[in-house]
Amino acid sequence: MDITQLAQAMRAIVGRQGVISEREQLRTYECDGLTGYRVVPALVVLPENAEQVQAVVRLCHEQGVPFVARGSGTGLSGGALPVEEGVLIVLSRMRRILEIDLPNQRVVVEPGVINLWVTQEVAPEGYYFAPDPSSQLVCSIGGNVAENSGGAHCLKYGFTTNHVTGLEVVLPDGEMVHLGGKAPDSPGYDLLGAFVGSEGTLGIVTKITLRILRKPETVRTLLAAFNSTDDAGSAVSAIIAAGIVPAAVEMMDALAIEAAEAAVHPNYPNAPALLIVELDGPAVEVEHQFQLVEQLCNESGSTEIRIAVDDEERVLMWKGRKSAFAAVGRISPDYYVQDGVIPRTALPEVLREIAALGERSGVRVANVFHAGDGNLHPLVLYNGDVEGEAERAEDVAGDILLICLKHGGSITGEHGVGEDKKKYLPRMFTEDDMKTMQLLRCAFDPHGFCNPGKVFPTPRLCGEVPGPARLHPLQQAGLAEVF
Amino acid sequence: MSATTPRTYVPRNVSVADIERLVGMGHAREGAPADSIAGVTPRLVVEPASTEEVSEVMKLASQAGLKVAARGGGTKLGWGNPPEALDLIVSTARLNRLIEHSAGDLVATVQAGINLDNLQAQLAKAGQMLALDPPGHACTIGGVIATDASGPLRLRYGTVRDLLIGITVVLADGTVAKSGGKVVKNVAGYDLGKLYTGSFGTLGIVVEATFRLHPLPEAVRTVVLNVRTPAQAGEFVGAIGRSSLVPSALELEWAHNAETAALYVGFEGIAPGVEAQAEATMQLAKTYGECHTVEAEEAQDDIWRRLRELPWQHSEGVGLKLTCVPTAVPSLLHALLTGTGSNRCLYLRARAATGVILAVMAAGAPADFAARIEELRRVAGQHGGSLVVLHAPPELKRAVDVWGPVGDALPLMRRVKERFDPNRTLNPGRFVGGI
Ligand SMILES: Cc1cc2nc3c(=O)[nH]c(=O)nc-3n(C[C@H](O)[C@H](O)[C@H](O)COP(=O)(O)OP(=O)(O)OC[C@H]3O[C@@H](n4cnc5c(N)ncnc54)[C@H](O)[C@@H]3O)c2cc1C
Repeated sequence: MDITQLAQAMRAIVGRQGVISEREQLRTYECDGLTGYRVVPALVVLPENAEQVQAVVRLCHEQGVPFVARGSGTGLSGGALPVEEGVLIVLSRMRRILEIDLPNQRVVVEPGVINLWVTQEVAPEGYYFAPDPSSQLVCSIGGNVAENSGGAHCLKYGFTTNHVTGLEVVLPDGEMVHLGGKAPDSPGYDLLGAFVGSEGTLGIVTKITLRILRKPETVRTLLAAFNSTDDAGSAVSAIIAAGIVPAAVEMMDALAIEAAEAAVHPNYPNAPALLIVELDGPAVEVEHQFQLVEQLCNESGSTEIRIAVDDEERVLMWKGRKSAFAAVGRISPDYYVQDGVIPRTALPEVLREIAALGERSGVRVANVFHAGDGNLHPLVLYNGDVEGEAERAEDVAGDILLICLKHGGSITGEHGVGEDKKKYLPRMFTEDDMKTMQLLRCAFDPHGFCNPGKVFPTPRLCGEVPGPARLHPLQQAGLAEVF
Repeated sequence: MSATTPRTYVPRNVSVADIERLVGMGHAREGAPADSIAGVTPRLVVEPASTEEVSEVMKLASQAGLKVAARGGGTKLGWGNPPEALDLIVSTARLNRLIEHSAGDLVATVQAGINLDNLQAQLAKAGQMLALDPPGHACTIGGVIATDASGPLRLRYGTVRDLLIGITVVLADGTVAKSGGKVVKNVAGYDLGKLYTGSFGTLGIVVEATFRLHPLPEAVRTVVLNVRTPAQAGEFVGAIGRSSLVPSALELEWAHNAETAALYVGFEGIAPGVEAQAEATMQLAKTYGECHTVEAEEAQDDIWRRLRELPWQHSEGVGLKLTCVPTAVPSLLHALLTGTGSNRCLYLRARAATGVILAVMAAGAPADFAARIEELRRVAGQHGGSLVVLHAPPELKRAVDVWGPVGDALPLMRRVKERFDPNRTLNPGRFVGGI
């Protein structure tokens, strides 16, 4: 089949409206949120239901055509970057919320449903969906599942993987499987757990069962200014050492504060470092611990503490933080969002190293991070019009990852490896570690058609399963004799 | 299994001395009847002291075609199907170190053979805990991971999968492979920790694990409510779910022939917090039946220590684990309680807000047992759940599929097993679908 024939066959599955083959229109899909990588796919297909996804994938499998899934395209690691000769399967038409089961705290959705919709749907009844990536207004649940996305409130409540209980998946050969469900502890391997965070390389999710939570009785938020990120960091350590698990602890440095102020005017204090600390839960406990947090911030040298008196003020405090990435656009023509993780206790040292690195290379770095769990988002600023700046920024961003690894951290806390970071994966894992991970890949996708070339620097050729392919020969042959 | 003599497999060309060359004198021996798993006695038992030694042992074992099972505390070895074959037990007894406790980061890395109570005692010195309360005080971390064992606290903290952040495993061919890391937030590479969790030692031998920890609660409170019917219990649990209360555990206990069942609601936190929550729970509970709050720490400890253990530990009965959506717990309890004769339930325990039921059933004739399991599976299945036969004499286990149906993902699970352990070296036949 050539591409024209393939397009024809795809139209037979999803209808005329569901296939894009014009070069100009295809360009809309050439990149995700990481715009530095661009590839125009051969075809874009927009299925409307799981059966269509299955038929599309089966066709790709039969024809040996690689394919990539795409949700809302907000990914920041090039995970949804198309393959040149391949099909991009866009799930944005599958946007139904299929079931709301409040007594069991489950919501079943299609993959294209936007993250925030889930909370909006159940909020009137006093429930919410905990994972809250800053992109939650636009990113899809399918993308969240693929990336195991996190958010500010993951410190206390966990990541996407802790809030997905069931998946319907179309495997790379078109077979459909159901992993997990509404009830806990399904017998068998936890393939659900292995799938979440697999960055679109193991199959396409067509249905997701989510766990929703009861809204906490009380939420209290404060903003504390500090004279240095060191002071702010020691406040975080003191809070954790006091046995408090805040709903969120976020930190911003001077440059990030400046950018947020310029963009969305959250009226932040002018300070070298800011903390946002949020506690939630039963009222008595929260009030008690909130006072303690205030005290610990003061003891760590906080120069100013503001407490949100109502939801409106809380929203404004968060607005500055949640729009920090985009806000950096106000103070720099271009920027690269890095995502690395360190043990929280290494924070002061790592920040000093990053500052030194920035100075050495003449590149400005703004820091925004989930301080509670050590997830850094250094924003590396540059001007793409100036010769050599983009390369220098990329080098600095890469060096930051190496600093994270040196301190026992990770090359990504939430944005994924995708296309962008696969070259760093061997810095974190041995050849054997990566080969073993790819055993899983081979079980799901032996031909490597599903989002090929992502995550792993050297794709493994799966080959035939070595050893006997029989099911359980000993059981068949020897059961009576054995027992 | 009392009627037949355990069969001993003869491994090919491997002697105690061969294995001792890898792990040192005195750390390998002949298997004894006490080492049997469901009546199958291994010929050899080895106690490696390091990841490298486990790797060397596995290289030898896989080359020689030995069938291997890992053993931790031995508290849950009876779970699963009886092994098809067993030549060598790899004991993690000497892999028992707390490698690193980074209190400021609320993270700990341990060797798989460390005893859970021992680990908790060490963490408690820093006011921290691993928020897992599985049954079996002799249990090791490796065993808890392999069996995905959990207890009442799962309501608040989740299970192994929610707390495990890094893992090192030795595969059947001796390959040492890690995934995850030492930081709580991390999405680099596949999350194989979840794959190994609950895989019953069929994919690899867990040698090291890193967990996220939690602060030890300052105070605890337990509210006890007596209910008359499963439906009444369900209503109360529903009311708790709709309230803004945050219990750490919610257990229902139902002894056979008892007039009433007891619902235990546990709270953890700071003193004023748990007091307020217990008080609010009492207000809510009053309308359902007789209730009281337990404040004395020792009395609370007793309650939760008992509720954490498997109810069939000291019983003649068969041990079942059923799951369903939480709202269906009353229906399942009802189905269990209607059993009569050899199928009658001796005791029931429900993690009522999670949807897990542990049942002790009288052990009848294999055919009756199989029919009853079939029937209960149908009810559990109607509510999205499953039934696993955890504890039963081998002749009853062989009368049923202990795991029950696993759905349309079974072929995929087989493919996973084939990739990780193509020669079926590890725990053959013990897992779902004969994996
Ligand atoms: C401004 C901004 C802020 C952000 N903030 C956060 C944050 O706070 N936390 C965070 O974790 N991330 C954040 N992100 C990253 C991004 O939003 C998340 O990774 C998100 O989950 C991606 O969802 P998406 O629908 O856009 O997925 P896409 O970008 O379309 O795809 C992402 C990956 O998922 C795969 N995929 C998509 N749908 C499916 C499916 N149905 N089945 C299988 N695979 C699929 C794709 O192949 C790709 O590998 C941010 C991004 C931006 C632009």
